[in-house]
Amino acid sequence: MVMSYVWFFMVLLSVVFSLLSGEGGKLSESLLSGAQSGITLAISIAGPMCLWSGLGKAMERSGLNRVVAKLSSPLVGRLFPSARKDETTAAYLCANLCANFLGLGNAATPMGIAATKRMASLAPKGEASHEMCRLIVMNTASIQLIPANVAAVRASLGCDSSFDILPAVWVTSLCSVAVGLLAARVFQGVRKDG
Amino acid sequence: MGEVILPLVLLAVSLFTLHRKENLYDALISGAGDGLSTLKSIVPALVVLLTAVQMLRTSGAMEALTGLLSPVFRFLGIPPETAPLVLIRPFSGSAALAVGAEIMAAYGVDSAIGRTAAIMLGSTETTFYTISVYFGAAGVKRTRYAVPAALLADLTGFLMASITARFF
Repeated sequence: MVMSYVWFFMVLLSVVFSLLSGEGGKLSESLLSGAQSGITLAISIAGPMCLWSGLGKAMERSGLNRVVAKLSSPLVGRLFPSARKDETTAAYLCANLCANFLGLGNAATPMGIAATKRMASLAPKGEASHEMCRLIVMNTASIQLIPANVAAVRASLGCDSSFDILPAVWVTSLCSVAVGLLAARVFQGVRKDG
Repeated sequence: MGEVILPLVLLAVSLFTLHRKENLYDALISGAGDGLSTLKSIVPALVVLLTAVQMLRTSGAMEALTGLLSPVFRFLGIPPETAPLVLIRPFSGSAALAVGAEIMAAYGVDSAIGRTAAIMLGSTETTFYTISVYFGAAGVKRTRYAVPAALLADLTGFLMASITARFF
């Protein structure tokens, strides 16, 4: 529903602005070219997106994501206390974090939901526990090894080295996760209610 | 580093899959098919959103918005031209992709602004969407500090993207 209002205001603003400047004709042109550029963008990133998704499937079937998940389990145990008590929660959490890391967004979401549900059964009803807040931060701050879609968009716009943003993306992600977890730790201390 | 990592990942995953005696080719084909379905699900949103974004750009409303927010963005050290992306990013992934691609096209994909937009897209997520999906499924109503902590992480991402775009 939020997006309905966002879209409405975008169009309203555009119409008001172009009426004020008296260039309504250009607006109809941009309406047509804008709609077409949606398709153009989709087609120009289609190939890399399919390829990456194919590689993701190979990671899943070969169990590579489970290997990565195993490597991450000590860290997961530290951040999420219920992962130490319950093996299933630990498995969901590891799978969620490593799917995000490998850029398998579609695989990450169901695992994240499953982990949240299990952690919710240990928390007061209807309330987010500290570890659930930490999971949200880990998921929304997005630590991704290879942001394939963004690279595909850059390549489609004629960039010769579309992957040269990788180090910058890694540093940025690490900083945002660190700040998010730090903030969660500070908020946790402020509200000492379990 | 960036140039070689992709072929190496491709090679490593293929080797590992063969080593585990899984049908590599079949996995690639079936996964690529899934990619096509994902793409199909975001195309309608891209069309609808890019229409509105293009209208904003042509009418001059985008410039006005950028101008309006530029004191705040300049103070923070974020290029004001990325304001539309920063505003939409926490709400919708496909909208962010649409707005980000439009910014990269408008200012140049290799310009400081274009690179900042790309790094922002690559290192942040749709915060409100994720929170509503995860907590909605688990029946959590009191989200406590999840939203402020996640938004602080996002803000850090936007700031760091502006800095790293210049240094890397």
